[in-house]
Amino acid sequence: MADLKIKALHKHYGPVHAVRGIDLEIPAGEFTVLVGQSGCGKSTLLRTIAGLEDADAGDIEIAGERVNDVAPKDRDIAMVFQNYALYPYMTVFDNIAFGLRARRTPKSEIEPKVRRAARMLAIDHLLQRFPRQLSGGQLQRVAIGRAIVRNARLYLFDEPLSNLDAQLRDEMRGEIKRLHQELGKTMIYVTHDQVEAMTMADRIVLLREGRIEQAGSPLDLYERPATGYVAGFLGSPAMNFLPATVDEQSSGPAVRLTPTLSLPLPAARRGALEARRGGALTLGLRPEHILRAAGDDAREGLVRYSALIDLVQPTGSRTYATFRLGERDVVAELQSHDVSRPGEKLDLALDMNRAVLIDPETNRVI
Amino acid sequence: MRGPARRQVRQGLRLMLATAVTLVFLFPIYWLFMISLKTADEIYAYPPRWFPAQLQFGNYAVLFRDGDALTVWNSLVVAGVSTVLAMLLGTLCAYSIARFRTGGDRLSDWILSQRMIPPIAVVFPIFLLYVWLGLVDSFLGVILLYTAFNLPYVIWMMRGYIQDIPKALEESALVDGCTRWEVIWKVVLPMARAGMLATAIFTFVFAWNDFLFALVLTRTEVTTYTVQVTHYFGGQSNFWSKISAMSVLGTLPIFIAVGFMQRYLVRGISLGAVKG
Repeated sequence: MADLKIKALHKHYGPVHAVRGIDLEIPAGEFTVLVGQSGCGKSTLLRTIAGLEDADAGDIEIAGERVNDVAPKDRDIAMVFQNYALYPYMTVFDNIAFGLRARRTPKSEIEPKVRRAARMLAIDHLLQRFPRQLSGGQLQRVAIGRAIVRNARLYLFDEPLSNLDAQLRDEMRGEIKRLHQELGKTMIYVTHDQVEAMTMADRIVLLREGRIEQAGSPLDLYERPATGYVAGFLGSPAMNFLPATVDEQSSGPAVRLTPTLSLPLPAARRGALEARRGGALTLGLRPEHILRAAGDDAREGLVRYSALIDLVQPTGSRTYATFRLGERDVVAELQSHDVSRPGEKLDLALDMNRAVLIDPETNRVI
Repeated sequence: MRGPARRQVRQGLRLMLATAVTLVFLFPIYWLFMISLKTADEIYAYPPRWFPAQLQFGNYAVLFRDGDALTVWNSLVVAGVSTVLAMLLGTLCAYSIARFRTGGDRLSDWILSQRMIPPIAVVFPIFLLYVWLGLVDSFLGVILLYTAFNLPYVIWMMRGYIQDIPKALEESALVDGCTRWEVIWKVVLPMARAGMLATAIFTFVFAWNDFLFALVLTRTEVTTYTVQVTHYFGGQSNFWSKISAMSVLGTLPIFIAVGFMQRYLVRGISLGAVKG
């Protein structure tokens, strides 16, 4: 059964149409990540679910009950805010206990609950401190503690990690995911960071200009993007996009990048282009789908290309190599030692089996 | 002179100047306290005496015996009650303006403009109104007037302090199970405490210091101490002993209040300093 159901939701801020007709169902126990660039409406959507903003049109149902006109406190939700929202004049204990007290939880239950939540987050030694005495990571843990101490139906996270440094962010990411596994609660998590979305989500809902661009499991979106926008948003380094035309070769349609460079497609991918001969096309190639060519590899769909590398960026585990393909610079994600310096000539294999073909007019994947 | 020596001299000069200025400001207060403790002979002695030969509280005793000291109590009541009322109403109004944009963008400017009306321009119309309403020379009348006059200041100041409170703190409380009233009580008031205390002190001091309204709107029932002091200035002679003792009684509550709340006062003022 769906824990949260959103139907045709609209929200305006003055002249800005922030949420433009969103339909969404979130099953119980799922970890859903709302992701998108700033201004895409993800935070507005979350705040509307929480009741901090009123919906202009559409319905929000939590556990089968329409909650549009229900006050935030009666929606049975808990929320973690981006800037922690801790009360500076209260100790960590009182901050965590705040929601329990506000709901008139018996005193005898408050203490064990707070201690249990604090233990889960490894902040039980900080309970008597004040927020100003804590580091950023500790503050974030307290903020999460405030939410999980309550047995809420729905847990909302509004970019909770964006104020932390990279290392701490990686650590907290894992912890929030572990918390979800332990608690088994329905969680909705807002972020602009595609790595957070990919690593944490059971399901990603990618928003763009107030609409859902695509929703699905992380690998689903990554491997089968519905639009060029989704393809470009997920993945780091980002997908390479190359303007092309559909070319006719003896074997069938191929992707022509320049008058002298045409990339043949594997048989399975040709069908989609039959009707588009001569038309424009955008070719999307993920960096990891450009490989160093092995001498005897003649699998179908691997297109050999002799590249002149002009930029090398080693990350340790992988090395990013930039080269010219057609009229664009393209990044390939190679093994660390595949390439050593710019100016090197390298035999690469473009994996056309994994290439994404996009209609440049509609920006939809063909 | 070498650098450190020169710095020391400069520091010393600065200190002397500061001390001199402080003395100039403190002297009248010192003199006021001393006169109130002198006998009549000592007050008029020439050359003047820096200290009374013997500390005596006879001047105060007279004020209490004749009931004049009651006017300080009157001032305390009207200033205290009107401050509480203005803070209560003003803070709620400021919250509404800050968080719900009540009255649009310009309402708070308009409210502040009310504060700029010169009291002398409105005191007689208000007097006539009060005669009609039967509020002249009543606690209710004076308290209402001070409350009304202080409201714009309270609203303006509190609006700034409330806008400074991160909205997420309130939203978090709303989600956690608080009503809007509980949010104001449990989050907004504790967060704005320093600003509130500073504002309350200024509000209190305004009511405490007021002379014009009290003079026009009161007769015998609610005489405040500022009006009472003027009764001691006579055509033939001035009762310096009473004037000084009454003035000391009148300034003491303010000294005490500011002394206790200095910490908040400075923080409150500097908080307000960067508000638009």
